[in-house]
Amino acid sequence: MYYDPFVLPFSIGLNVLLIYLVIKYIRWIRTFSPKDRRTIRRNIFSLKTLKAGKEVFLESLVHHKIFRTNPFLGYMHMCFGLGWFLLIVVGKIESLVYHTSIFNPPYFAIFFRYFHPAQETFPYCNTFAFLMDLILLMILSGLTLALLKRLYSRALGLKKTTKHRPFDLLILTVLWLIFPFRFLAESFTSGVRGGGSFLTHSAGNFFDSFLPIESLAYPAWWAYSIALGLFFLLLPFSRYMHIPTEMVYIFLKNWGIKQGKRFTAISQFQLYACSRCGICIDRCQLGSSLGQLDTQPVYFLKKIRHGKDHSVQDLNCLMCGRCEAACPVDLKLNALRLTQRPDYTRITRSTFEYIPTPSPARNKVAYFAGCMGHLTPSVIQAMERIFQKAGVDYTFIDREKGICCGRPMMLAGNHRAASVLVEKNKASIQQSGADILVTSCPICYKTFREEYHLDIQVMHHTEYLDLLIRNKQLIPHPSDQKTVFHNPCELGRGCDVYAAPAHVLQAVSQRIATAYDDKNSLCCGGSLANLYIRPEQRTQISSDALHAYLAYHPDVLVTACPLCKKTFTKTENAVPVKDIAEMVAENC
Amino acid sequence: MNFWGFSISEARVIDYDKNDKTLAQIMATEVPSSKLCIGCGGCTATCSAGNLTEFNIRKLQMLAKRGENKELQTQLHKCMLCGKCLLVCPRGVDTRRMIWSMLRFINS
Ligand code: SF4
Ligand code: SF4
Ligand code: SF4
Ligand code: SF4
Repeated sequence: MYYDPFVLPFSIGLNVLLIYLVIKYIRWIRTFSPKDRRTIRRNIFSLKTLKAGKEVFLESLVHHKIFRTNPFLGYMHMCFGLGWFLLIVVGKIESLVYHTSIFNPPYFAIFFRYFHPAQETFPYCNTFAFLMDLILLMILSGLTLALLKRLYSRALGLKKTTKHRPFDLLILTVLWLIFPFRFLAESFTSGVRGGGSFLTHSAGNFFDSFLPIESLAYPAWWAYSIALGLFFLLLPFSRYMHIPTEMVYIFLKNWGIKQGKRFTAISQFQLYACSRCGICIDRCQLGSSLGQLDTQPVYFLKKIRHGKDHSVQDLNCLMCGRCEAACPVDLKLNALRLTQRPDYTRITRSTFEYIPTPSPARNKVAYFAGCMGHLTPSVIQAMERIFQKAGVDYTFIDREKGICCGRPMMLAGNHRAASVLVEKNKASIQQSGADILVTSCPICYKTFREEYHLDIQVMHHTEYLDLLIRNKQLIPHPSDQKTVFHNPCELGRGCDVYAAPAHVLQAVSQRIATAYDDKNSLCCGGSLANLYIRPEQRTQISSDALHAYLAYHPDVLVTACPLCKKTFTKTENAVPVKDIAEMVAENC
Repeated sequence: MNFWGFSISEARVIDYDKNDKTLAQIMATEVPSSKLCIGCGGCTATCSAGNLTEFNIRKLQMLAKRGENKELQTQLHKCMLCGKCLLVCPRGVDTRRMIWSMLRFINS
């Protein structure tokens, strides 16, 4: 019935692609651990699936996160994603209304204008024609933007655009040709037989005035079909793998599959779900401060995927999380990076035997300063003063014989050694019998929360100060010092603590809002996660970050991490850098 | 036997020709800042591990540079990689990276 050889390239391409994807995904999913599989089975028939469906719509089609970062880019992606989706859906409905059989082959809807004799009308045929033209126009406008982006990436607010391999350029060209071909094919056909709407019909008449469209229409349909088929065949080997993979990843993520310490199937999904949008490039301070443009997730993931050497990239990352916070696909970029740092430690029972068995005094509240806390005694003094003012009795776990929380070890990949430190610290925390563990160091805080599995409340001192102030145990008086807050990576993006420090700082000073608030805070450069850059490069990052904050002319730059404080004060001392605890101690 | 409270020290000869300098070379290329060390001992003074036991990171890096790797092999694992030494070093030696590189070498 409705058949013409020109549909073959499209049909073959589509079927090969579908078979390839199904095999690939099933092979990955089969390597999930039994625990992960149980999680999937538990959640597959729950509201989580609906939630995932909504997310697929918002992210994969509307691209609403890209919109928030960059409206131009968002519109461009939406034109492609949503536009193509609508073209398929509306086209399918149109073909169903015309033919009323669900079992017409996929190509029938795609090449509807070819098969449908224009003079034959059906319900709402004009509305459909109008809609289809509108959607095509939308896609073509996105295409124009994409072309402009290639030519003038700066004009669209993107400093850098991703570099491409020749193969990527090939498939990009194929993709960009699909819709112009469709436009030409439909216009020519409309010029010959009528049909179409404001776009294709007018264009058809226009082309008719100077082109032999009668003989061009059929080849144009061939070209359209070949472009589609070729795109489907090339897709698995290109970055456009992200289109199907992102959708599967969103479902897996919503069902509760987590990126663990090892590179597993969920990592594979993430690797292929990266759309190479390049948003992570502009967020990275290694790029903006040091001009290192080969380590951002887009390049890092690409290297892993194509089996290129990525040993430098494994180590060269501050794990500041700035890219992760902006990644529209919500990839777990820090965790992925960490999977590439192997554990090479050979520890024995005696390695850490030197660490004494601690026995801190028992108390309701336990305080842990952390290694970095001990490097900045003023923070500890401030906390001691605050405890005293608030009349809180506490036990100081690592006053003298403290050890590291283990996170720096984990960041170097050495999980076995870290686990010994974790056990030792855990023993002393439990010995203290405390209900609340307060720490001054966001690095310790994150580790206590995520790796220690303590059954007591863990608080960063900003949260604890906030609690004391709200309970009126501490009554600070606001000073008129103008402050800018530098939210440490591990506290804000790392542990999602934003409100507490903001409240506390507002209570003791005049806080200036900056472009670097909340998720957009900078990295101080002191991060222990980077095992590659040299100390002077750290200073460069630190200095750039400092100047970005100081552009708001605060009297004091306030942070909530002893490592940030130490790093900034080492770099420059134009403006005092204080911990939030010091600000509170001075003003109560 | 140290019967009288005195003993004769073993002969201490650093034989640069016989010592294995592979590690020293790796350090020099991977962590060029290690050459900047002036042996001030700041790192050792602040060290979390050194606070609890006989562990001297300044000495260990000196031994490594001389190619005397024996003590290193038994001692270096005690480091917790906490990074305090890196923050206090007045010369900008990337001590933590240096330890990490040495550990990797020892273990491979
Ligand atoms: S990692 Fe995320 S932000 Fe970076 S290119 Fe991939 S999808 Fe875009
Ligand atoms: S985590 Fe930070 S340093 Fe690492 S790639 Fe992302 S933005 Fe760059
Ligand atoms: S603090 Fe720096 S300069 Fe001083 S001994 Fe240690 S590494 Fe050398
Ligand atoms: S990183 Fe190692 S050597 Fe340096 S201070 Fe910490 S425990 Fe000591």
